[in-house]
Amino acid sequence: MKTNDLIIQTTTKVVFFIIFLFSIHIFFAGHYTPGGGFVGGLLMSSAIVLLLLAFDLKPVQEMLPINYTVLTATGLLISLATAAGSIFFNVPFFTHAYDYFNLPLLGETSIHTAMFFDTGVYLVVVGVTMTIIQMIGGDE
Amino acid sequence: MSLVFAIFAPVIVALVIPLLFKRVPTIHTGWFVLLVPVALVCFYATYIPSIMKGSTYMEELPWIPSLEISFISYLDGLSLLFSLLITGIGALVVLYSIFYMNKKKEKLGNFYVYLLMFMTAMLGVVQSDHLISLYFFWELTSISSFLLIGYWYTKDRSRFGALKSMMITVFGGLMMLGGFLILGIIGETFSIRELIEQAPTLASQDLFVWALVLVLLGAFTKSAQFPFYIWLPDAMEAPTPVSAYLHSATMVKAGLYLVARFTPIFALSEVWIWLVTGVGIITLLWGSFFAVKQTDLKAILAFSTVSQLGLIMSLLGIGSVAYHVTGDLVATFTFATFAAIFHLINHATFKGSLFMIAGIIDHETGTRDIRKLGGLMSLMPISFTIALIGSLSMAGVPPFNGFLSKEMFLDATLELQHFDLYAFDTWGILIPIIAWIASVFTFVYSLYFVFHTFRGKHKPEQLPKAAHEAPIGMLVSPGILATLVIVFFFVPNFIGTTFIKPAVAAIQPLAYKVPAEVGFTIKAWHGFNSPALYMTLGIFLVGFLFYKTLPKWTPVYEKLPSKFTLNNMYDGIMRLADGGAHRFSSMYMTGSIRSYFVFMFAAIIVLLAGTMWFKDAFVISFENLAPIRFFEILISIILIVGTVTILVTKSRLTAIIALGAVGYTVALFYIIFKAPDLALTQLVIETVSVALFLGAFYHLPKMDKHEKGKEDRGFRLGNFLIALGVGVMVTLIAISSHSQKLIPSIADYYKETVYSEAGGGNIVNVILVDYRGFDTLFEISVLTIASLGIIGMITLRLAKKKGDRKS
Repeated sequence: MKTNDLIIQTTTKVVFFIIFLFSIHIFFAGHYTPGGGFVGGLLMSSAIVLLLLAFDLKPVQEMLPINYTVLTATGLLISLATAAGSIFFNVPFFTHAYDYFNLPLLGETSIHTAMFFDTGVYLVVVGVTMTIIQMIGGDE
Repeated sequence: MSLVFAIFAPVIVALVIPLLFKRVPTIHTGWFVLLVPVALVCFYATYIPSIMKGSTYMEELPWIPSLEISFISYLDGLSLLFSLLITGIGALVVLYSIFYMNKKKEKLGNFYVYLLMFMTAMLGVVQSDHLISLYFFWELTSISSFLLIGYWYTKDRSRFGALKSMMITVFGGLMMLGGFLILGIIGETFSIRELIEQAPTLASQDLFVWALVLVLLGAFTKSAQFPFYIWLPDAMEAPTPVSAYLHSATMVKAGLYLVARFTPIFALSEVWIWLVTGVGIITLLWGSFFAVKQTDLKAILAFSTVSQLGLIMSLLGIGSVAYHVTGDLVATFTFATFAAIFHLINHATFKGSLFMIAGIIDHETGTRDIRKLGGLMSLMPISFTIALIGSLSMAGVPPFNGFLSKEMFLDATLELQHFDLYAFDTWGILIPIIAWIASVFTFVYSLYFVFHTFRGKHKPEQLPKAAHEAPIGMLVSPGILATLVIVFFFVPNFIGTTFIKPAVAAIQPLAYKVPAEVGFTIKAWHGFNSPALYMTLGIFLVGFLFYKTLPKWTPVYEKLPSKFTLNNMYDGIMRLADGGAHRFSSMYMTGSIRSYFVFMFAAIIVLLAGTMWFKDAFVISFENLAPIRFFEILISIILIVGTVTILVTKSRLTAIIALGAVGYTVALFYIIFKAPDLALTQLVIETVSVALFLGAFYHLPKMDKHEKGKEDRGFRLGNFLIALGVGVMVTLIAISSHSQKLIPSIADYYKETVYSEAGGGNIVNVILVDYRGFDTLFEISVLTIASLGIIGMITLRLAKKKGDRKS
């Protein structure tokens, strides 16, 4: 049976970006307000799940040609590298550092190595959630 | 180094034996092996003169220096005597085995490696001064004996006998290790020398008797004492040289050595004297009584060995009495030790020769069954002569050495009733009586052994081979031993001063400082006023009568209840242990995960409740409690309704949705308890997991049909009680732990430093990525592993399905 998903697909096209931006926001705001890599990653994957619901597996894979296993591995590597990076500065493993920089567009911003670690968490969560959902969804 | 090296020499030579066996097939491997014991005999013989003068030798090879464990070779009269026995009889046995073991049919490489391993082990046992290395060699004798008994491993009986001896001797060995450890702990040293020096203080320790009993268990199992002798008759499945060497002359005497060696430590205890003497004398009677029943030549000899070992054991027990008496009585009782050592040597000579003769008969006629044998006297005259000498010596007939030691034994048992301590003056009278009865049976089976084999009617039709005299090489070793039997009778005092006195001085260091002080001489004739003479005459007379009327009273053995024999008890214990363990494990290892959960949760309840009860740990305090708000009550009610719904619902879908409701309610709790990060995560995770549940359960059959109703009421009641118990216990613990905060929270530190040190504002997130980022790192690893696992499960299953379809 062929169904017409026009409304949901149209809505999704709008909502996806809202959720995506919200996820990015929650991720970056994590250090000062509720949020962080974990929730951000989950929200990101829920946005992709919404795409899946509206467009089915194959089209979404064409839209977002991401290998989620590689994504997971990349995330894990980033986290580990952030944690391990400290040993090159002769401080214990997992010592973070932060400072304030004057960035173009953003002005004075604090950049914290914990953010790179959280990026890794974000990518792992997205990768893992999407792997699971795609695997189980593709299995049906 | 030479003494320690001598111990290890056989096992070092053993390394090249398989090579020689393979590369030099023309020469019987035994000839190479023979060099080892011969060289060792010569080596140890050089120590005889100085040991006779009372000097001792000690050499140390560190093994584990940090634990003060070393191989200490200690050579005194006792260990020299045993070393000479081991190497001397070893040389004769190897010589005998050269003619006994066929070089083409047998795996001689294995045989001689085991034998040399055994020789090292025995030398180590008798020379070790360190308890741990003594134990090490002790177990090596058990292992090499196991290998030798099971040498013909294709035969069921061999494997059974090997296993049985292994079980019993290793059991004893482990007990002995326990005794050694106790001794080492209470004496604060593992050196036997040093333990002997502090023997009087040891005796007052609480654990002393335990050490004594455990060490004796080791000695009794190894020396085949009652009731552990049962492995010895089954060990007769070994090749005959092995039986002659291990199971008559050396290994079974390791227990006697142990008893003799530890006499200076333990003899101060009454338990020791009674146990050693009592068990020895019971073994003596039991072994000699049942030896008459046997129909297999080697079985007769096995029971006879058991009985003779009991004799020596009881003599060692009587000898320990010398530690409790003063004056002239000391000499009276050390005489028993003297007799024990003398009989030990004598037994090695005549029993070794008898075993070899039994092997020859087996080899030349093809059977060892005494009912098929007979009339071999004229066919095998030399074997007959040797067997006759051995048997008569065993029976205690002059002019053979057995007569001397048997008389000394009877003398010693008679002395025991003069010892008016520990009830020996009343019960002690039993011991000579038992000894006398046992000697009668010894006489009977000795005659039975030799005359039923060599006299009577020859029955060639029953024999697998035509009987004829053995090759001369095979007769050399038993011939030498039989010669010694006679020589020892005529020059007993030479043996006495050379070997026995140093050994006695080693066993009784308090009474004698140097061997020369041991003032015993052995006389064959004591005059007419010696009671032992009349006892011996009585033994001959009654024994002869019993022997003549053998067919009339042997049916008595049939009447004995076969159910209660020790072998049946051993089999029963093994069956019980095997079957019991199997039943026990199949009782609780049901294979059902539900039962395991029942066990685990029941254990949690019992352990927690027990700890709470015995430690009086339950505390309830109403301080520090926050006021309860309306919202909290409301959300709690929703939570409870959701939980109860999960439990009582019959539909799986309802259960999943109720679970989701519970999850969202928890998120609500997070919100009102001010945990926004948790609430966010909880909401998203709950959504994802409910979706996954729905996806998974969509494919399952309906719940009613399969699960509910099948469980019986009792099971459900049990589940209910256990679930209730766990819930109550966890609640009680939560209340108690909340009611007593022992240490302040570290949260203040985080609050103070979250901005200044970590440059953040969200404590939760900063803890996750900064303070405790390590945990997070591994949590994301866990997630990765989970996703990889799902990939694996699904893709591999798909691949398998595809493969199935193909096939």
